[in-house]
Amino acid sequence: MKILTGNDLKSGEVVWWDGDHWSKFVNSAADVGDRGDAIIAREEAARRVVSAYIVDGARDENGVRPAHIKERIRALGPTVRMDLSLKPGDPDASNWVI
Amino acid sequence: MTDVQFRFRDDELAGDPAVTVDSFFDQTNATAVRIEPGEDARALLPFLGRLQLIEVSFPAWTDGRGYSSARVLREAGYTGELRAVGDLVIDMLSHLRRCGFDAFAPEHGLNHADAQAAFDRWDNVYQVTGDGRAPIWARRHG
Amino acid sequence: MYKYDQYDQQMVDVRVKEFRDQVRRRLDGSLTEDQFRPLRLQNGLYLQLHAYMLRVAVPYGTLNSEQMTVLGDIADKYDRGYGHFTTRQNIQYNWIKLEETPDLLAELAGVEMHAIQTSGNCIRNISSDQYAGAAADEIVDPRPYAELLRQWSSFHPEFLTLPRKFKIAVIASETDRAAMKLHDIGIQMVRNEAGKIGARFFVGGGMGRTPMIGPMIRDFVPLDQLITYCEACLRVYNRYGRRDNKYKARIKILVHELGKDEYTRQVEEEFALLMEQGIEPPLAELERIKAMFADPAFETGASDDLDLSDPDFRLWVERNCAQHKQAGYIIATVSLKPVGGIPGDASADQIRLMAQLARDYSFDELRVTHAQNIVFPHVRKADLYTVWKALDEAGLSTANLDGIGDIIACPGLDYCSLANARSIPVAQRISERFGSAEKQAEIGELKLKISGCINACGHHHAGHIGILGVDRKGVENYQLLLGGSEGADTSLGQITGPGFDEDGIVAAVETAANVYLRERNNGERFLDTYRRIGMAPFKEALYD
Ligand code: HEM
Ligand code: SF4
Repeated sequence: MKILTGNDLKSGEVVWWDGDHWSKFVNSAADVGDRGDAIIAREEAARRVVSAYIVDGARDENGVRPAHIKERIRALGPTVRMDLSLKPGDPDASNWVI
Repeated sequence: MTDVQFRFRDDELAGDPAVTVDSFFDQTNATAVRIEPGEDARALLPFLGRLQLIEVSFPAWTDGRGYSSARVLREAGYTGELRAVGDLVIDMLSHLRRCGFDAFAPEHGLNHADAQAAFDRWDNVYQVTGDGRAPIWARRHG
Repeated sequence: MYKYDQYDQQMVDVRVKEFRDQVRRRLDGSLTEDQFRPLRLQNGLYLQLHAYMLRVAVPYGTLNSEQMTVLGDIADKYDRGYGHFTTRQNIQYNWIKLEETPDLLAELAGVEMHAIQTSGNCIRNISSDQYAGAAADEIVDPRPYAELLRQWSSFHPEFLTLPRKFKIAVIASETDRAAMKLHDIGIQMVRNEAGKIGARFFVGGGMGRTPMIGPMIRDFVPLDQLITYCEACLRVYNRYGRRDNKYKARIKILVHELGKDEYTRQVEEEFALLMEQGIEPPLAELERIKAMFADPAFETGASDDLDLSDPDFRLWVERNCAQHKQAGYIIATVSLKPVGGIPGDASADQIRLMAQLARDYSFDELRVTHAQNIVFPHVRKADLYTVWKALDEAGLSTANLDGIGDIIACPGLDYCSLANARSIPVAQRISERFGSAEKQAEIGELKLKISGCINACGHHHAGHIGILGVDRKGVENYQLLLGGSEGADTSLGQITGPGFDEDGIVAAVETAANVYLRERNNGERFLDTYRRIGMAPFKEALYD
């Protein structure tokens, strides 16, 4: 699947396109098919998001998994500061990244 | 040809349109020339006497060669109009001014209030750049 | 230490106002991201993997305790409770909100700090020797010259849109603690035969994808021509530096392509013209600045005795302290490289504690080092144990300066959107592998530097051992380099051969260390052994 990620313009927070809005959870990411560029153009022009781009991903039993490690780190947080990640209490969370 | 939006001179606008550096060298009577970022401003120095207008082109505002071109011309004594043309942004106006530009023809018109604020932004400056402003060190040791 | 006057203060205040205005125009749509990006970069604001990142300038690495306290408070108030000290002596915050940045900058301006030109294609923060003003081996304190350059380079209208970034370092001793020759301009303050102080210019060094050691282009520039000479160097670069390819845009490429002699000739020609323009500040300005860097009120006759009966303290003194020019005083370095820790990170509490210790025991001064550590430049030997105790309780007493655990690492793929691989976890694992104090002591000086991509923010080319993260078909992979150095004997490391995975690179470092331990002669550092025996024995051990 093709998914979209970017950063919230004001806060800089990592966000994923869920089909209607930007969500901070990668598991909400929607498959945008070939509409990615159009959505990005519209959302950037509306100043809701900045530096948005399209990445490959796949849906598995744990949710949506971006194909590349870079976006998995984006989705979760720095692997060296799991206390600041979206899953601070989960000891297995960093395994998902690698 | 883009319009001059800001001008800090009292004399009349030059009548002749600016020609490229190449055609300037072919003509013996041209009084206005436009130089591009890769062209050597020093090549114009023998002709400063007859030049009324030098346009310095900024195809992209992040290409800063035009700032050096401007200073080279002013340092050599050029007193005619020095016009910045092209992709000009509000935030660089005062820096262009400091390097000797006294006319501005942005490709896309700039918001007047924001531009005015930018021109007036720096009450003091750290460097001597030939624009006549006394730098901070001169004030300190005035 | 330098103290702002009304003019300096006004400059940073106006900048805050300007940036507030730029943020407003970005948020109301007057500026697109493409237009805004270069503007925010000129103010140190990046967009990174997780959020905006702000780089705050620490001019020539010098801070007072009030400034340091504010850096800690900002970490709590605007970030997530920590900051990252960088190889260019600055501090970075990783979780900044665009809409809050103007307020943050206003707080910095309140203590004479800013983020001006900490990024972007302009003259960056000037770096210097972290022991300046305290080192026993310096000719003069290099910081007044750095401050003169800071003012000249701040908002220099001609040089805000250079072909690429421009980094200047100023030192004043033969021992180079600032990687001076790996800067776009490296300046070494020297004394000539007539006994006069002047500046030796090295131009065109740099790291990144084409590392180069800057050649000397002038061995003595008199002090009343310093700014004019810099201006000439920059003007030639601004006019002729390549703009067609951003990977070839640094001044090192220009100097390399023109040749040192031709570049020098052009600079000298420009310099002669600029000398007629009267752009040089008077020497009185330098004197004004120098007066502010006068020595603090050292106690005369302070005792040189140190009670080293506590073995942990003794080890720390041996590893982390350096000789001070004043009898009875010592230079103490706080390692931000605890075993298994994140190189260069410090929590808000640790930052404030170091501020307080500096206030009480180091004449109010701290330094940030290019190895991502913090220095108390002027500690009375009689106070050293007290300082160490306080550091020890805060987890800041790691005794590993310049050892294999004192790793320089860039943020890598954990934070950086340009990265190919993570750097920090590799640093953590190596520092754990060599965690024992005995092992580190046995190995002695070994500078290990890790970058997460070819941009070389972690100085991997200049490490005795360097590690470069690369992307091999979507998997993190690490190349090993040996033999780099950034001291007075600057050299560039050579790649050993095929790369390693994460486990493999940790093992490879251990293998290289073992070859050294086996082959070394008495008193040889890793680097010396490598230079003597060459790459072959290491290769053999690594790839047999
Ligand atoms: C996290 C965001 C960062 C980004 C996006 C970034 C980007 C870059 C890039 C693109 C270069 C290569 C420039 C060139 O060769 O033209 C570079 C070089 C460098 N960076 Fe960074 N960097 C970052 C963080 C850091 C940090 C944290 C440090 C200090 C620890 C640092 C210190 C340096 C140094 C010392 C160089 C080498 C300078 C040279 O090439 O001469 N950077 N950086
Ligand atoms: S070396 Fe590469 S990965 Fe590391 S901080 Fe610099 S740009 Fe990022």
